[in-house]
Amino acid sequence: MAENIANLSEERIAYLENLVSQARTAAAVFTQYSQEDVDRIVKPMVIAGLKQAQYLARLAIEETKIGVLEDKAIKNMVATEFVYDYVKDKRTVGTIREFPERGLVEVAEPIGVIFSLTPITNPTSTVLFKCIMAIKTRNAVIFSPHPGAWHCCSEAVRIMYEAAVQHGAPEGVFTCLESHTLEDNAYLMHHKDIGLIDATGGPGAVKAAYSSGKPALGVGAGNTPVYMEKSADIDMAVVDIITSKTFDNGTICASEQTVVIDNEIYDRVLLKFESLGSHICNEKEAELLGRTVIDPATGFMQPMAVGQKATTIARIVGITVKPKTKLLIAPIKGVGREYPLSVEKLFPVLAVYRAYSVDEALKVCVDVNHAGGLGHTAVVFSNNESVIQKFGEVINAGRIIVNSPGSIGALGGIYNDMVPTFSFGCGTGGGNSTTDNVNVYHYLNIKRVARRTQAHMWFRVPNQIYFNMNAVENLRNFASRSTLIITNAPLEALGHVNVVRRYLPPETPVHVTVIPDAEPDIKIIAEGVETLNFYKADQIIALGGGSVIDAAKIMKLKYESPEADLEELAAPFLDIRKRVVQYPTGKVNQSRLIAIPTTSGTGSEVTPFAVMTDKERGIKVTLVDYSLAPDVAIVDPQFVMSMPKGLTADTGIDCLTHALEAGVSIYASPYTDSNAMQAIRLAFHYLPIAYEHPDNEEARSMMHNAACIAAIAFSNASVGVNHALAHAFGARFGVPHGRANALMLPHVIAYNASVPTKFMPSPNQRGYNAHKKYAMMADLLGLGGHTVEEKVQNLVTATEQLLDRLAIPRSIAEMGISKEEFERALPDLAKIAFDDPSGRSNPRMPLVSELVELFRSAYRGRSQGGVATTSKKSTVDESVYV
Amino acid sequence: MTTTMTPLYFQIPQQCTAQALQEAGEKLDSADVEVTLDFSAVNRIDPGALRAMEKLASTAEEKSVTIFLRGANIDIYKVLKLARLARRFSFVG
Repeated sequence: MAENIANLSEERIAYLENLVSQARTAAAVFTQYSQEDVDRIVKPMVIAGLKQAQYLARLAIEETKIGVLEDKAIKNMVATEFVYDYVKDKRTVGTIREFPERGLVEVAEPIGVIFSLTPITNPTSTVLFKCIMAIKTRNAVIFSPHPGAWHCCSEAVRIMYEAAVQHGAPEGVFTCLESHTLEDNAYLMHHKDIGLIDATGGPGAVKAAYSSGKPALGVGAGNTPVYMEKSADIDMAVVDIITSKTFDNGTICASEQTVVIDNEIYDRVLLKFESLGSHICNEKEAELLGRTVIDPATGFMQPMAVGQKATTIARIVGITVKPKTKLLIAPIKGVGREYPLSVEKLFPVLAVYRAYSVDEALKVCVDVNHAGGLGHTAVVFSNNESVIQKFGEVINAGRIIVNSPGSIGALGGIYNDMVPTFSFGCGTGGGNSTTDNVNVYHYLNIKRVARRTQAHMWFRVPNQIYFNMNAVENLRNFASRSTLIITNAPLEALGHVNVVRRYLPPETPVHVTVIPDAEPDIKIIAEGVETLNFYKADQIIALGGGSVIDAAKIMKLKYESPEADLEELAAPFLDIRKRVVQYPTGKVNQSRLIAIPTTSGTGSEVTPFAVMTDKERGIKVTLVDYSLAPDVAIVDPQFVMSMPKGLTADTGIDCLTHALEAGVSIYASPYTDSNAMQAIRLAFHYLPIAYEHPDNEEARSMMHNAACIAAIAFSNASVGVNHALAHAFGARFGVPHGRANALMLPHVIAYNASVPTKFMPSPNQRGYNAHKKYAMMADLLGLGGHTVEEKVQNLVTATEQLLDRLAIPRSIAEMGISKEEFERALPDLAKIAFDDPSGRSNPRMPLVSELVELFRSAYRGRSQGGVATTSKKSTVDESVYV
Repeated sequence: MTTTMTPLYFQIPQQCTAQALQEAGEKLDSADVEVTLDFSAVNRIDPGALRAMEKLASTAEEKSVTIFLRGANIDIYKVLKLARLARRFSFVG
């Protein structure tokens, strides 16, 4: 820039600064105006422009010697009346659009000062158009007209300015550079108070605008290809093209440049052109024309031809034409530098090309499009929808005009419903930032006021849950043509399968498959699916703990949808509603899954989760989808009466952990809270009884219910970091899931209750409330305490006391794992826990360093009366992960 | 010898705002270290008023006088901000 403005005198700089200062003041003052104020100003401006349309057209013709008086007058009227028709009801001040259902409001912010370059080809109409847009959007404009059109433009600015100020616009809202130079433009383009450059003009002006580093609307040259396909209405097409190409002697940059005509209609079309006053050049004339009106050195049109009549051009070139010839038509045989007339010609000279197929025609149109017309305008005349569609796909143009004139069509509002404009955005193909017809919205900063929205939540449960002693009798209600019971050997030995058989409708064909008492693997699943297919089962009864029920869920999935790709379905996700993979809905088999749990912990009978191992690859595959949830759950405590003490404790703590984590989850809702709280209450009360008095039916029944209720809560609210830690630790050291949970539990409560190092984004929660939820749980349990902190501490203590009562080891160290071995495993454990999806619904975002600390706390363990304490401060050094 | 500072106070009207500001500017004296312009009656300012404020700010700076604008509404504050004048005044109330 320095060299560009080096020649500016101090006086000139002071002059330019004064222009900017006036505009800045006007723009600042303008921000106080309301929509009504603005609309009151715009209308009289439009009327003033309409009244002076012919006057300004005459000035433009006299000064520029380009174009046609009548057409320029029409352009001035379009720039005022048609633009007004478009903008008059548009909101451009304050709130301009509202989307209440999305909680979004769009608010207009003016740009401030716009530096506007206007062209010689459409001088006054462009000024009128931009003035109306600027006032409608409360912006000030400094105009820099093309030097060859300065007088008519400055007069247009004057007329608009006087009308605007007379009706209340701020003084200084429009100014016009006097006898400017390129240095003036460069100075203003780089001025800090210019908010936007709106450059309508030649490629040089547009390039300068974009090169300035300022936000810019640069609208430049085109090269409009036209395809006249054989199904076109020839009479209409020829008249439209002549109308368009001769309009203002072809000065609109959207006007037709090369018409590609199907061979089948080519001769008829040319005859039609001729009959309506066009001169069809012979080969020699065409060659002469190309050499004269196109600069052989640059390949661009000669300025002397721009906006001249066809007869004038013919005379210059030396072609003899009839006196009233409207258009010179030159056949060409290709596109590119060797075919000079294939470029943009802003005068009534049209190239035509004979195409022998649609494919050839489209290729030639693409060539024209790429020869200086990218992003601008293209025209197709056809009654074949597939041709129109293909043309729209292959041609890169912001405006693809169908069966109507290019130039007048592109202006919008006359032949189509496009936005009226005098600035055509040409997209990236034309080096522009938009393909739009530039309009008032390009003169605004549109602000989005986004209100906090509550994401849609859900609460999904199986539609039938039967519970309490002998609930299994409800099996009588489920008729089936073929039922497969999936269970494991110890349960069969206990006689549970016979109990189930007893209550099935007598006529039901029942088959039993026994699977290992362990997490299922792909082989077990495949065998199960084979069995289901063999018996053509329409009912599956999963009788067992979590692993049996999980196996049955996956078998059902593969039985009903054999194409289901388990690996793909196990893809991780952040939000189940937005997940990438979708579970299959098409089913080749239909079956009902009835889950009868024989432990009181996992709650798999109601959850949408299923876990299996891929032994070959040594990985766990976790599937999550509500379609996996069993159709029926039978929560009958008779199947858990014989649970050993250790299993009772471990599964019971798993149930409690589900409830505690669902209670503080970022997906917790009043629906899940009600279940979580009830499960916590039942578990604290009945778990020790069930543990100490295994024959106590009430305690067994209530713990069985608690497990199911907790599972309903976490099926909808998910779990948290406790599970993430337990999954990693349990898998590494072969510790049962419930016990692994128990070792982490008091430490996690204390962790979640303290001030997070990093908050978890949680649009459904108002503020951080995990500590308050824990306090609520303490109140529910009647643990006492006056403050939230005291109540949380009491909950931690009560949890520890419960664990002690269940003879759960106090620490990982107590499990016989050496410190060295544990420390060696720690980095991996932390990484795996961090990747575990359970952590993503935790109220605190667990940092890896915090996971390490939590593991270490669990290793050290709790002491009598509780070691884990709730601290207001995080114990983790945040700088580690900064 | 002691000098008594007389804080100046001007109520700025909605009408003839520029003129009122010009008059206030003419009364500035370095003895008056603080001047308060009460804008609570002004809903909107025009370019003339804005120019008068710019001039007033320059005069005040020359004479080391602090000008407080009392009750200027948010729209006027934004105008002053856009015109790069806001930092040249102190805002109260």
